[in-house]
Amino acid sequence: MHIWHLSNNEKRDFFESSNVETIEQIKQEALKSLESAPDAESIKAASVRYLGRKGAVTQFLRNISELPAEQRPEAGKKANEVKKYLEAAFDEALKKLEAQSGAARDRIDVSMPGRIAPQGILHPISQITRQICEIFTGLGFEIAEGPEVEADYYNFEMLNIPKNHPARDMQDTFYISEDIVLRTHTSPIQVRFMEKHRPPVRIVAPGKVYRCDSDLTHTPMFHQIEGLLVDENISFGELKGILTTFVHRMFDDQTNLRFRPSFFPFTEPSAEVDILCVMCRGKGCRVCSQTGWLEVLGSGMVHPAVFENVAYDTSRYTGFAFGMGIERIAMLKYGIDDIRKFFENDFRFLSQF
Amino acid sequence: MKVSLSWLKVYVPIEKEVSELAEALTMAGLEVEGISDRYDYLDTVPVGRIVKVRPHPDADKLKLCEVDVGGRVISVVCGAPNAKENMLVPLALPGTVLPDASTVRQSVIRGQNSEGMLCSEAELGLGTDKSGLMILDASLRVGDKLNRALKLSDPVFEVSITPNRSDCLSILGIAREVAAIQKTRVSYPDICLGAGSGADISEVTSVTIESPDHCPRYAARLVENIKIAPSPFWLQERLMSVGLRPINNIVDITNFVMMETGQPLHAFDFEQLAEHRIVVRTAREGEPFTTLDGKERVLTSNMLMICDGKKPVAVGGVMGGLNSEIEDSTTNVLIESAYFDPVSIRKTAKKLGLGTEASHRFERGVDPMGTVRALDRAAQLMVEFGGGKLVKGLIDAHPRPSSEKKIALSVKAANRLLGISLNRNQMEDLLKSVEFTVETSDEDTFTSTVPSFRVDVSRPQDLMEEIARLSGYEHIPTTFPLMPAEAKMPMTELIFRERIKDLMLGFGFTEAITYSFTHHLSCDRLRLPADDPARRVLHVLNPLTEEQSVMRTSLISGLLETMQYNIAHQVRDIKVFEAGKIFLSKGQDKLPDEIEMLAGLQTGERFDASWHSQKADCDFYDMKGVVEAILQSLKIKEARFTLMPDNVCSYTKPGHTARIFAYANADGGKPDPECKNEIFAIELGQVGEVHPEVLRNYDLKQKAFIFELKLKELGSLISEIKQSKAIPKYPNVSRDITIIVNKDIESARLLESVRLMKEPLMEDLSLFAVYEGDRIPAGNKSVSFRITYRSPDETLEDETVNAIHKRISDRLLNTFDAAFPE
Repeated sequence: MHIWHLSNNEKRDFFESSNVETIEQIKQEALKSLESAPDAESIKAASVRYLGRKGAVTQFLRNISELPAEQRPEAGKKANEVKKYLEAAFDEALKKLEAQSGAARDRIDVSMPGRIAPQGILHPISQITRQICEIFTGLGFEIAEGPEVEADYYNFEMLNIPKNHPARDMQDTFYISEDIVLRTHTSPIQVRFMEKHRPPVRIVAPGKVYRCDSDLTHTPMFHQIEGLLVDENISFGELKGILTTFVHRMFDDQTNLRFRPSFFPFTEPSAEVDILCVMCRGKGCRVCSQTGWLEVLGSGMVHPAVFENVAYDTSRYTGFAFGMGIERIAMLKYGIDDIRKFFENDFRFLSQF
Repeated sequence: MKVSLSWLKVYVPIEKEVSELAEALTMAGLEVEGISDRYDYLDTVPVGRIVKVRPHPDADKLKLCEVDVGGRVISVVCGAPNAKENMLVPLALPGTVLPDASTVRQSVIRGQNSEGMLCSEAELGLGTDKSGLMILDASLRVGDKLNRALKLSDPVFEVSITPNRSDCLSILGIAREVAAIQKTRVSYPDICLGAGSGADISEVTSVTIESPDHCPRYAARLVENIKIAPSPFWLQERLMSVGLRPINNIVDITNFVMMETGQPLHAFDFEQLAEHRIVVRTAREGEPFTTLDGKERVLTSNMLMICDGKKPVAVGGVMGGLNSEIEDSTTNVLIESAYFDPVSIRKTAKKLGLGTEASHRFERGVDPMGTVRALDRAAQLMVEFGGGKLVKGLIDAHPRPSSEKKIALSVKAANRLLGISLNRNQMEDLLKSVEFTVETSDEDTFTSTVPSFRVDVSRPQDLMEEIARLSGYEHIPTTFPLMPAEAKMPMTELIFRERIKDLMLGFGFTEAITYSFTHHLSCDRLRLPADDPARRVLHVLNPLTEEQSVMRTSLISGLLETMQYNIAHQVRDIKVFEAGKIFLSKGQDKLPDEIEMLAGLQTGERFDASWHSQKADCDFYDMKGVVEAILQSLKIKEARFTLMPDNVCSYTKPGHTARIFAYANADGGKPDPECKNEIFAIELGQVGEVHPEVLRNYDLKQKAFIFELKLKELGSLISEIKQSKAIPKYPNVSRDITIIVNKDIESARLLESVRLMKEPLMEDLSLFAVYEGDRIPAGNKSVSFRITYRSPDETLEDETVNAIHKRISDRLLNTFDAAFPE
């Protein structure tokens, strides 16, 4: 039975008979009803029942004066404690409930776009160059660079391509003057590096190169990366090994290689390297002109004349060199059919990478 | 080079399938780029049946034929006397390219429509009869392609010959390779030349070589009483099979022998040679000469000329002259077979812009020992098929004989370089298969004599290549070199460049790569004054277009072109950058300064259109913010932006451009604020708005902002060693200060003047508001700073801070004639 159902007389009896115990009992009942209150309304109602103007606690406090004088201080102290305690408890319960229900109601549209920190795009050629450089630096090569406007001497003569040699027809050259050209390949970096360093040499050299040619598969400027490894007892078999590893990492392990005899004045023996067509896997398609193979690399053992030019001891050192067009690799990797797209810098193109 | 299977078979039996043979040649270094069929042109020549023949209403000799080509009937005007109804004949449809290089077209002949051409044997290159239509066997099916119907097929390989393999610029050369692949033998044509008759050739003519360096060997024979006529059909067919057009027996024979042996020949009309003799000399400077193609050319003094007693008759090794050409009336022919110096021929051909089959071979080097053999072969054929009589004897002027090349090869060295393990015998056999001779020296070494036609082989490595390619690159085991454990660090320049690029990406800028060459008018478009250093352009001597005729001296033009391109394609909000080189000329004959730059361009709206941002165009401070962020990221603190003087940068808008300086100490190292007196300024670049006139020059209508930074200078300022400092123990105190100053005073000067006070307790100073407007006197602006004070030793008392703050405000008021706001 709750005390508020008691008549005034009964209450009097109640308080007279018990006081400190009574307030403790009120507290427990209040807490119980708080605990069982299902919503804010019932919490508020319970709060009124105990702490309101006619509430049990308020009543108790009001009735303290009727207690025997010796009991009053203790009962008063206790009742106030209970009042504070309950006020806090009801308050907290309400806040908690509000927080819960409030959170449920206060909602944002999380599907709206955020304030994005806009990201730029690295040019696909830079992306591929980075990938290639990472593969080779991972294999123990370092990176070298050189000038883009180059002396004929470095671009050709030191590479065993004398003036008036038919091999000059292999590369349509932009001339600045009789002795100055826009480098037609990254190979002069080999020579410049060897002039300054003794073997062993292990470099890759990326950069822009220039040739007097323009169509679907040629732009007057493009990018190459050159590799050079010189040490004692370097063999053609090892050239195959390094390039096989490279191709497998750049494409995948299923991309077979085919080395076929060719001619470059600065290597002997020379090899063109074909890879299994990445589009048709060797079945034959438009990209590989039905051959199943794609020509991607030129390579070979460094020609002794080149070593002689940089005063390397040809009886002690051998080496290999290779070079490839970066656009070519990017075109195969990304399925791009027109090389000129790389230099239009069309944002609709670049944003795909 | 075109090689027909039919011709190849003459010298070597073919055991492989066509595609296998192509593959094998490719893997031996003779890349077969394509296989076609000699009779492909007959694909558009169906077997036709003449349904009806009517006379041409307006021409007596012409007939109108209706020809059934299987399913449809075609009207053709025809002049052949033998056209009869029900006859089966070949009909070339429009578009057919006939062996004489003419194209069949739909036409109207005297008012009558002709939708094709009925052909004779000769017109189709299938025989010599040109008297009338080629009559086909009645059993053929109407409408079938003629090549199918007649079972005509002759595969033709398009072989790409690398510049070193001049020996393969002939059918015999290819045959040698095929023989080596198949391990068979080449059967060389027999040359049986009679002794000749009459007086010896040396009594009739002579050859004088005045330039033996240009012409180490010149051989000649004389054939008399020739009758110029068409060649026998088999010979014509050979030529046609490799795409050459038959002319007459003498010309065809020289072409035939060149294709067969690789030795270019020339036939002179002997009677046209003044004094009946040959002089080989260089040309006189400016001497005019008309070549066989009818063009007059001006000669220079180092060109080798074949002359008669008086005048030049041929550009040696390149092209004959019109004045000694074989004509229908020619009876006596002098055949030339020579070895010309490759470099001399190449220079001449280049200079004249005249590349011929002959010059192509001479400049790569013909067989110096094959001169007389080819000459005899031609003489034999002229006697046989020209009805001529050989004059007794031979002229072989040989002032510079070539010597045999012998190369010693170590088996071990070859195996080591190639990474294989062949024994000596195997290597010797491989070389013998391509006609090298070998002499064994010891277990490891043998000496090989190089056949004279292999002008590319002179070193042991060349022999190793022969061994490698003949044994097959695919049989070389794949191995791995020993790589060092200590991989070297990549170059610092490269790392720095990549780091800067990553920063730019993070700021939302997309990388462009534009051409390093630009329009020769770019400098004008950028309004560069005549004395601007960026006017030092390097010219390309042989540009493809005007747009690409000089090397760029700034990245800005490329970025403006990129902007233009994208705006034209509806992309108008652009943030783009490029890291690349510019080229400042030091004269056309010197290498230029190549300077690495970073440049950025922003145009359009600051943010992508979005629900949470207001539309606003980007401005100077967006671009400057990017530069500041780069500097901040690189921890370059001592950078200053100052107003660009109007006359220094011409392509940015005056008053809207800043120069960027950094301060470094005298040794060029890191900035050191403690020794200001040794500090000097390094100009890093600039940031600003593109000049409106420049925008107009690039056809651009919206504002654009750019920056340029020199990467090398920027890189030199990075301090690598960072020492951490203790986190402050005591709280800071912030005070704001607002002053009113003349609006022309740069805020950076205000800040600088406070900084220079070097108040030890001042921790930070920043500008947070600038106001110009009604609330302050005209011509002034209010500037608000926030100053943060902190002591490392104690919590600052108000009085202490107030005292410093007052010193600072007094300094500002006094120095800049400023006032506090009312």
